[in-house]
Amino acid sequence: MAYSDKVVEHYNNPRNVGSLDKKDPNVGTGLVGAPECGDVMKLQMKVNPQTRIIEEAKFKTFGCGSAIASSSLATEWVKGKTVEEALAIKNTDIVRELSLPPVKIHCSVLAEDAIKAALGDWKQKQGEAEAKPAESATSAH
Amino acid sequence: MAIKLPVYFDNHATTPVDPRVVDAMLPYFTEKFGNAASRNHEFGWKAEEAVENARGQIAKLINATPKEIVFTSGATESTNLAIKGVAEMYREKGNHIITQVTEHKATLDTCKRLEKYGYEVTYLPVEKDGRINLDELRRAITPKTILISIMYANNEIGVVQPIAEIGKIAKEEGVFFHVDAVQAVGKIPVDVQKDGIDLMSISGHKIYGPKGVGALYVRRKNPRVQLAAIIDGGGHERGMRSGTLNVPGIVGLGKACEICQYEMAEEAAKLGALRDRLKDSIMSRLDETYINGSMTSRLPHNINISFAYVEGESLLMGINDVAVSSGSACTSATLEPSYVLKALGVGEDLAHTSIRFGIGRFNTQEEVDYVADRVVDTVTRLRELSPLYEMAKEGVDISKMKWLAASDSH
Repeated sequence: MAYSDKVVEHYNNPRNVGSLDKKDPNVGTGLVGAPECGDVMKLQMKVNPQTRIIEEAKFKTFGCGSAIASSSLATEWVKGKTVEEALAIKNTDIVRELSLPPVKIHCSVLAEDAIKAALGDWKQKQGEAEAKPAESATSAH
Repeated sequence: MAIKLPVYFDNHATTPVDPRVVDAMLPYFTEKFGNAASRNHEFGWKAEEAVENARGQIAKLINATPKEIVFTSGATESTNLAIKGVAEMYREKGNHIITQVTEHKATLDTCKRLEKYGYEVTYLPVEKDGRINLDELRRAITPKTILISIMYANNEIGVVQPIAEIGKIAKEEGVFFHVDAVQAVGKIPVDVQKDGIDLMSISGHKIYGPKGVGALYVRRKNPRVQLAAIIDGGGHERGMRSGTLNVPGIVGLGKACEICQYEMAEEAAKLGALRDRLKDSIMSRLDETYINGSMTSRLPHNINISFAYVEGESLLMGINDVAVSSGSACTSATLEPSYVLKALGVGEDLAHTSIRFGIGRFNTQEEVDYVADRVVDTVTRLRELSPLYEMAKEGVDISKMKWLAASDSH
């Protein structure tokens, strides 16, 4: 199967690989997917509680090239955005940017889920009452 | 020595045609182009002579007689003919067929179709090493059983089944025994007499011959096997397979068998050494790698390894100048990993991380070393990217975690 140039580029040079301290109250962690399904994404974001701006984002992904590219792109996009702006990112935006074929759309869904899960975790840590727990983010569709 | 990229290590999928085979075939496209069924002129005689010569070359490799070789378009057709042909011919005797779960789709899907027509099929499970249990086979046989169909060696994991023992059981019980020997013929000794085989599927392109040609061995005595044809027409191949013979292809298949006959022992030793070098080089440098399938009952040129915490398709993408295949189903629409590995009890998480290496006649030690380095580098890089590897290193038991699958990926 042929990959788009952008997927290959992210796969070869993934942005923001790594981990943040998950005990930090300003760090939200999202872990979505399942090893049996062949993809697991961990997305972490450090958010400034005053400005609600995402100052740092890191990922680690077990999955195909498209899954790696989707999560790499997600970290690139959320950085510098506010929590609300980041939550507005849709999987279809990722599909379009990376030219993902239909069989790989679930990779983009997983990336969107990871953003929601990470920010849900952050909101919970911040004691935002209206926030849903991180886990429920994965059933948001 | 510089190596030529990409490196081809997918010799279970297909093999390049040996130049000696090409040379043997070429005249049969041009000056010796006759129809082997043309009985009244020189062109036909030459073609027929070439076909009969090929029949002899194939028969010799498997210890059969030339009249027991039926030419087909490939092993899928051979297997269809063997199973459907026996099923129809012996319907009066019984309607039960025994096979096993790691067979090639040519066998499994043929059996599934027969189930729709009222046949009953037992799919034997395999043990952890990929081999069937002979006691279970014995227990599965009923008075209605007409055929046992078990592959010689598996195309994904290279595991060799206890064929001679199965052949003995089949003979004791008076049941025909079909063997899909596509991966084994020409690679390891296959002897239809010693192995007690009644029908056997052979492919050209897995043994450095051309695509589009295969053969079915059909035993003529002790016992004589009769088949109902699935392709009707001019009555070629003693009525078992109509259609003008693919003379150049048949000549190529014959030549390929002849080469295997003379070179198999030496080649198997060479490829076994290369395979072990590849395996040792990779596994000594990476932790948490697992071999799938028996190591003692295995084709010499196959190794199938799971690289825990690294998804197979992403690994293939990283070693894109090496041609291998993966048990990961990330490329398939079903998102199901290899059914063969699943049958062995390999967890789906590890099945997604498996790579099949198939070394062939034209591979070199330099290529083995190159592939090993590429695999080790890529797995190392992808593990740095893998949240699962990180968690495993932190001591988290991943198998006990509750995972939330993506919302609509299933």
